[in-house]
Amino acid sequence: MDGWTVFILDRYNYWIVIVLMMLGLYTVFARGNLVKKIVGLNIFQTSVFIFYITIGKVAGGTAPIYIGDELYGGHGDEGYGDKGHGDAHEAAPHDSGEGAEAASSLHAKIENEFGANDLKAAVNALEPAPVGETPSEPSLHSAPEGAEIGKLANDALLDAAKEPATDFEIVGEAVKAAADAASAYHSEVIYTNPLPHVLILTAIVVGVAGTAVGLALAVRIREAYGTIEEDELEALDSVAEFGEGGAPKSAGARG
Amino acid sequence: MNLIAQLPVLPVVIPLVLGPIAMILPKGRAPWAYATIVSWLTFAACAFLLAEVEDKGVISYALGDWAPPLGIEYRIDLANALVLFLVSGIAALVTPFAYRSVQLEVDERQTPFFYCALLICLTGLLGVTITGDAFNVFVFLEISSLSTYALVAMGARRDRRALTAAFNYFIMGTIGATFFVIGVGLLYQATGTLNIADLHDRLAGQSSRVVDAGFAFIVVGIGLKLAMFPLHLWVPNAYAYAPSAVSAFIAATATKVAVYVLIRFIFSVFGFDFDFLGATFTYVLLPLGLAGMFIASLVAVFQEDVKRMLAYSSVGQIGYMLLGISFGTVEGLTASLVHVFNHALMKGALFMAVACVVLRAGSHSIQAFCGLSKRMPVTTWAFILSGLSLIGVPLTVGFISKWYLLEAAFAAGHWYAGFLIVASSLIALLYVGRIAEVMLLREPHEEGQYAIPAKDAPASMLVPMWILVFANLYFGLNTELTGGLAARAAEALMFMAGGQT
Repeated sequence: MDGWTVFILDRYNYWIVIVLMMLGLYTVFARGNLVKKIVGLNIFQTSVFIFYITIGKVAGGTAPIYIGDELYGGHGDEGYGDKGHGDAHEAAPHDSGEGAEAASSLHAKIENEFGANDLKAAVNALEPAPVGETPSEPSLHSAPEGAEIGKLANDALLDAAKEPATDFEIVGEAVKAAADAASAYHSEVIYTNPLPHVLILTAIVVGVAGTAVGLALAVRIREAYGTIEEDELEALDSVAEFGEGGAPKSAGARG
Repeated sequence: MNLIAQLPVLPVVIPLVLGPIAMILPKGRAPWAYATIVSWLTFAACAFLLAEVEDKGVISYALGDWAPPLGIEYRIDLANALVLFLVSGIAALVTPFAYRSVQLEVDERQTPFFYCALLICLTGLLGVTITGDAFNVFVFLEISSLSTYALVAMGARRDRRALTAAFNYFIMGTIGATFFVIGVGLLYQATGTLNIADLHDRLAGQSSRVVDAGFAFIVVGIGLKLAMFPLHLWVPNAYAYAPSAVSAFIAATATKVAVYVLIRFIFSVFGFDFDFLGATFTYVLLPLGLAGMFIASLVAVFQEDVKRMLAYSSVGQIGYMLLGISFGTVEGLTASLVHVFNHALMKGALFMAVACVVLRAGSHSIQAFCGLSKRMPVTTWAFILSGLSLIGVPLTVGFISKWYLLEAAFAAGHWYAGFLIVASSLIALLYVGRIAEVMLLREPHEEGQYAIPAKDAPASMLVPMWILVFANLYFGLNTELTGGLAARAAEALMFMAGGQT
């Protein structure tokens, strides 16, 4: 494959984001039907969800759920079914050492705790890391060659800046810190960054609430006007404002 | 764990936890009384917080004891303490004011939901202001916006256009919030953090297209929320058709909070190290601010609907705030913060006066204001005094704003902007003068649609309105709180941004 094809294919999830974003926005602007506008808005928001998930992907990383000794047998996706809910544990701050200690004394049975400690240790490890240093490259690039496309995408992310060391290195470093903390108990396991997932869960909830409000408004508009077509609504409004037939079309209702 | 240690979180927790209870109260007076008490409690918390910050400096509160920058941090410095004080103060005045107005304009069955939505909206606005976490800003922004859409739509009882206004606001607001969240995502990609102070540290010295794009998305997204001039299309209808009390509340708070967010991101997150900032000031905020000042104010002159006129005037006034920011100096920022505060006082009072007229005349058309001084003198004078404040007549807060702004313009070397500020104030004189002329000199309609009984608004509306009017006069004479605090806040922001102080 020549350079351009690689360039394009490497960043395939960004293309998806861009295409969806433009489609969604275009639908919002171009469609007169209020429900279609809401659908466009949803497509637009979905592109943002995909964008956030892309940010969180770590090369070769598995779902950010602790993989116990028994479960981990070389295929990282085993642990996927066990949802580790971080909110079960108490919120006292620990340092990473404590996290590792706790981890070594516990078993896969209480994965919830582990997941939480993982996260804690990971974020704690992230905190003191100074901005400038970049020890991250080896751990990211040591992931098995020819792995999933996610790795390609992620490498693309890391290499996207022409000079090797610019803005992405800090993400790389954060990712490395997370990976390091995780490997305190399992040197082989690399987790993806869970934070964007949490963020986007929140954004999805916000999006659903917004859609509900929008659809409820559409229902009420339909009850009040008998239509949900924007041009008909504007015509009805301009009649209300200027009286029958007297309205210059664009002047009033748009405001 | 005592209550004082938890003070920083109370302005959000009080209305958030207590707000939904309003929904299960019996319709009628109970939800209103309840919401009034809650809004006063919130105001008390914010006032304590302001005193605390003034005393002891920046307060940092780690939510759930997760230490920042990893956990969510509430970070209160003078700038947001001032905005918190303002927003909760307006809420504490608008909620008692709302009772009669809502009784007329909102379906009685909806009153529990109305006051619930009002409190949730207040939660969102306070949350946006208080938080030190970029993603948290988005969440609270949407909490306030979603409840605002519902509040605006409740005006449908009097005019069904409230529904389409709310829908347009919904579409634009959601696009704005989504743009904002894209911008935050790009910043997260570049830095790996969401904490505002931490973002600032990690962004220092970075310049890449990722950060530039994030900045652009954030400015446009917030621009939609704050009704920056060409992105203001949702404002006139939303303000005009919302229930009058809601117009008073959101006109005085929602856009101000968005201006605060813009200031916070420009100065606390990006700072002057960021290459793009100078160009944004010169080529985006300055011209758009000036354009808003003139075009929106001119449009306001020709409105037949007083609420809509005030809405356009709001867009124009936001131009002043953007102008102040765009100077990029301490004086400019001070002027912006002062105007955020002062404009909330005057617009709140003006929309309250319109609400009183709507209560008696049932209309907010300019026709309903004919000869108002003979029918409702107390309301008329409240309108005229706050209108004078809007123009910027000495002894009112408007004058203080303009004074700070003029000083900043000349200090920054933008002398032409100084002249334009004065010129646009003359346009404000036109549109306020037009209403004043109608109120004072015309004869009232004796019969027909716009005939008004010679009876002033009830005390429950007059008292909060006149408190705001007196605030307009008081802060016009005593600038200790506004000017003094804003100057200190601006200096702190500037220091953080790395500009000259």
